[in-house]
Amino acid sequence: MNAIDVRNVSIDLGSGAAKRRILGDVTFSVKPGESFGLVGESGSGKSTILRCIARLLTLWDGAIEMEGTSIKDMPFADYCRMVQMVFQDPYGSLHPRQSIRTALQEPLRIHRMDRQLERMERALTDVGLDPAFLARYPHELSGGQRQRVAIARALILEPRILLLDEPTSALDVSVQAEVLNLLADLRTRRNLTYLFVSHDLAVIDHMCERLAVMQHGRVVEIMDRAVLSTGKANDPYARELIEASLAYDQAV
Amino acid sequence: MTTKSIDIGTAAMTASSAKTYTAWSRLLRVLKDLLANPSSGFGLVVIAILLVTALVAPWIAPYEPNMINLAKALQPPSTAHLFGTDELGRDVLSRIIHGSRISLTIITIVSVIVGPLGLLVGTTAGYFGGWYDTVMMRITDIFLSFPSLILSLAFVAALGASLENAIIAIGLTAWPPIARLARAETLTFRNADYISASRMQGASKLRIIIKSIMPMCLPSVLVRVTLSMATVILTAAGLGFLGLGAQPPLPEWGAMIATGRRYMLDNWWLVAFPGGAILLVSLAFNLLGDGLRDALDPKQGH
Repeated sequence: MNAIDVRNVSIDLGSGAAKRRILGDVTFSVKPGESFGLVGESGSGKSTILRCIARLLTLWDGAIEMEGTSIKDMPFADYCRMVQMVFQDPYGSLHPRQSIRTALQEPLRIHRMDRQLERMERALTDVGLDPAFLARYPHELSGGQRQRVAIARALILEPRILLLDEPTSALDVSVQAEVLNLLADLRTRRNLTYLFVSHDLAVIDHMCERLAVMQHGRVVEIMDRAVLSTGKANDPYARELIEASLAYDQAV
Repeated sequence: MTTKSIDIGTAAMTASSAKTYTAWSRLLRVLKDLLANPSSGFGLVVIAILLVTALVAPWIAPYEPNMINLAKALQPPSTAHLFGTDELGRDVLSRIIHGSRISLTIITIVSVIVGPLGLLVGTTAGYFGGWYDTVMMRITDIFLSFPSLILSLAFVAALGASLENAIIAIGLTAWPPIARLARAETLTFRNADYISASRMQGASKLRIIIKSIMPMCLPSVLVRVTLSMATVILTAAGLGFLGLGAQPPLPEWGAMIATGRRYMLDNWWLVAFPGGAILLVSLAFNLLGDGLRDALDPKQGH
């Protein structure tokens, strides 16, 4: 049984002559414990498909199954305990007027979980922050610290699957490495499944075992990580993307 | 914040400065900001004086507000009667002091009705959208398309002339601008990531509106309520002046002007002092509202 199964998911906007296809027949699956990457240029639909899986978008056709159950049939509370998401911009994903304590306690209150203080403190130490941060507000933290809090908030419900929407692209390079190492470390410790969206092939190479390349709302190729170093992709666009990335790395 | 190399799990980042950031310290800072600015400081001081006056009115008023003494009718301001006396020999100063209680009652009740009502209508309309938004906003439009005094007049005429009905009427006319404002604010961040994050944690719509959206709208709504207090005072005075608000012998400022109007040409103090009180208090609320807008603006870099 796969952790995530996405089959023929498509989104059409408008009707008649003005009908535009935003996503077309996206199909891929992610095994339990695997880290799966979605790459593509801006506007290729990678974040859109992630938002469909996150149930933030509901107007799509096709089938999305998590651990064998269609997400449309799953009670939302169960879904929240199974899947959580880390957003791209740590400056926008934490409520500016809520302390870290409130941000972490809300999900615990909603799901009526026990030992709340203990869980909150553990969530912070797990992401490398001192429990004293509970009293802080987001504007008192740096970007990297905010993203750590966002990860702590996503993990506090102990989900098995984590959706990551370019979690490091808003951070500067040194902090990026820290957050990526933290994510890799958390995955091995908690046996999490990652669906990792990024436009940075180096990040995907570091984080994921398999990846799907997207262009114009379609998956053009699904490949193993090994292909990234050889550049032997089948699809011309995927090959071009990998070559460009390799050339860029050499230039830097 | 000290930056050190992080070895996850062993060396946890420490919260360096033990800065307490409580609601209390925020309130103190806002008050400090308000007093630092001369105009908003003036507004705050006048409103503080109004509050104290209303609180201790029976002890500081030199006479009973309704004590009639026809032998001393229509006396100009003197040391015995600082603001003079009216046509029934009642002390104008005492009446103004007691009238502050009525004005404050009106302001308090109206803001208690109007703030939450406007906030609720605006945030739900903005967050839910769709037909609910359309219906609520068209109702708001209808209320907004009447001048507030005319609409209050209609309500009071329907309900009957009394202070309570005037308060209800003013409350019914003052919420639409606040609902509009709250809706506009809600629209700007209804698709923000922190709302999405809250949804993914399983928060119900009501929980998101109350816990995530309302706190974001609150500062601007507070400013707007404060600014509309000036209008509320003027509308209340207007209704009182037209005889549809507080009824005699209640010492409401607008009603005092209405009765003083007949003697105005020869006895200016009957109208000047209550008028001055209305002017001062509505000016104070306007200045305070402007000051609050600056002090509560999150973009001012606190």
